[in-house]
Amino acid sequence: MAAPMLRLCCPGRRWALACIDGCSRHRRGAPNGCTSSRKRGQSSVAQQPFITAQKPRKGEHEWAAVVGLEIHAQISSKSKLFSGSQVHFAAPPNSLVSFFDASLPGTLPVLNRRCVEAAVMTGLALNCRINKKSLFDRKHYFYADLPAGYQITQQRLPIAVNGSLVYSFCAGKNRSQVINKTARVKQIQLEQDSGKSLHDDLRSQTLIDLNRAEGQLRVDANISVHHPGEPLGVRTEVKNLNSARFLAKAIDYEIQRQINELENGGEILNETRSFDSKLGCTIPMRDKEGKQDYRFMPEPNLPPLLLYDTESLPAGADPQQVIDIDRIREQLPELPSVTREKLVQQYGMLPEHSFTLLNEVGLLEFFQNVMKETRAEPKKVTSWVLNTLLGFLKQQNLAVSESPVTPSALAELLNLLDRKAISSSAAKQVFEELWRNEGKTPAQIVSEKKLELMQDQEALEQLCHAVMEGHPQVVMDVKKGNPRAINKLIGLVRKVTLSRADPTVIKEILEKKLAS
Amino acid sequence: MWARAWRLGLRALVGGRRGFTCKADTKGSGRITAEVIEHLERLALVDFGSQEAVARLEKAIAFADRLRAVDTDGVEPMESVLEDRCLYLRSDHVIEGNCAEELLQNSHRVVEEYFVAPPGNISLPKLDEQEPFSHG
Repeated sequence: MAAPMLRLCCPGRRWALACIDGCSRHRRGAPNGCTSSRKRGQSSVAQQPFITAQKPRKGEHEWAAVVGLEIHAQISSKSKLFSGSQVHFAAPPNSLVSFFDASLPGTLPVLNRRCVEAAVMTGLALNCRINKKSLFDRKHYFYADLPAGYQITQQRLPIAVNGSLVYSFCAGKNRSQVINKTARVKQIQLEQDSGKSLHDDLRSQTLIDLNRAEGQLRVDANISVHHPGEPLGVRTEVKNLNSARFLAKAIDYEIQRQINELENGGEILNETRSFDSKLGCTIPMRDKEGKQDYRFMPEPNLPPLLLYDTESLPAGADPQQVIDIDRIREQLPELPSVTREKLVQQYGMLPEHSFTLLNEVGLLEFFQNVMKETRAEPKKVTSWVLNTLLGFLKQQNLAVSESPVTPSALAELLNLLDRKAISSSAAKQVFEELWRNEGKTPAQIVSEKKLELMQDQEALEQLCHAVMEGHPQVVMDVKKGNPRAINKLIGLVRKVTLSRADPTVIKEILEKKLAS
Repeated sequence: MWARAWRLGLRALVGGRRGFTCKADTKGSGRITAEVIEHLERLALVDFGSQEAVARLEKAIAFADRLRAVDTDGVEPMESVLEDRCLYLRSDHVIEGNCAEELLQNSHRVVEEYFVAPPGNISLPKLDEQEPFSHG
């Protein structure tokens, strides 16, 4: 069975005891907003939504919403969590299923080492306490895609607990204000996935594929509202959230729905709801009868999972059979927050730019490769990468890896710009040409299109002189003190030079001549 | 006697489970209510078809209750008899699977290598929705 999954646990109502303090998100704008994410596998975590506050109506008590997220992420491994069958998407139905996965009697779960390592890594990256002893349990319910009638999970004592994730988002005008928030991670647990069901309504049947690997990242939201200082309200669970945008919409809607219901004297049912993306609302799910009793019991076929660190590692132990938390910590890659901080320190980059660089796959590498080959200032490089390059990519919906302009080409272009061999408008033109990907280098394009800036100072001075002679009225305006007249002169010179002169240099020459 | 045989026969026809109408008057202390039995039957799809089954359940609970006689203050509960065993860690290699044909042979109905199941869970009818039973 089981594509291997990690599940991060959220401080929603179900675990109210652990997480009431500091976990309210006030409707008036979220001073200490707190959503916690459960993650299940791969190292990317869904960004938390930013909830906009509304002005409270007169006479309204303040409401606080509590939101907990349950995130299921598939672990990147070759074989499954409890069996040696392959993990692969889009394989023929039931082709990646072993006897254990099909829940045939007499089969036993065998834990995948790589999945444990992935869970520990995730726990460490999210500042959790790793439980040196964790336990497996059975969670029972009946459904056709769960042939055993239970799912092996970690309910009592999961592998990692009490973590946190500091995240930032850009708000305010121009999205230039960076706000930091912390989401608490209640727990991370390893668990099996169920199979895949295809509903055939026409023939009134369901087709079952036990391969798993259904969705690599899934989120359910648990939402309740209460008045601050009072006990938590009844929570609802919202499923069928297929994107971060819908997640945000569903949570907003559900909070408002619950508030409206309660203010009108109604009550909230502890139910599961589905998000209708077209209507933008949550609706009760049929086929879910009240609160489920999962009859949790210890998984009798799996002893406790014991983890070690360098201190407690038993001497002479088979390295294949023990997991050293310290070793795994050493193998953790640099976390995004550290990378961003380095960018800010090393290049004087604005924090919001560091976010954009890291949020686009391959963009950071692109930037770093350009930096290696150019003398241009980091700020210039940042601007070209985030504005020009990214702009072009987005327009054509391309990934960074598909960019027709290579880091070397951009570096060369920026070098030309840096030595003032071309103007910035010329550079933009060159970039557009490079984007056409006709195999020409920036230098070739510059020479073909005659975009070089005039380097001959004397020739430029003569042209300025000629323009001044030819437009005595404008010269008079400048001398009279009209501030805009000088720009007109500069414009005239630029036209004469076919835009091949640096406007700042033109201005200098003109000012010198006008002064004499 | 004939009437009783007829009754038993009728019960068998309806599958027995739903024929059990006297769950409320269980033997023993009656601490297992009809609601609990119904709840268990729904959760576990176990058929407590008869008074004897419920009595057996009560005896099992009484047997387990004897554990309460032991003072376990300060004693760490044992969750598993395997607690001293080593949990074997398997290396992440693909060594099985690829036996769809064999597995599908187990299925009553198959459509293009998919197992076929009913459209959703079929709920057990509630106690009061059952066919009324004459057992006079």
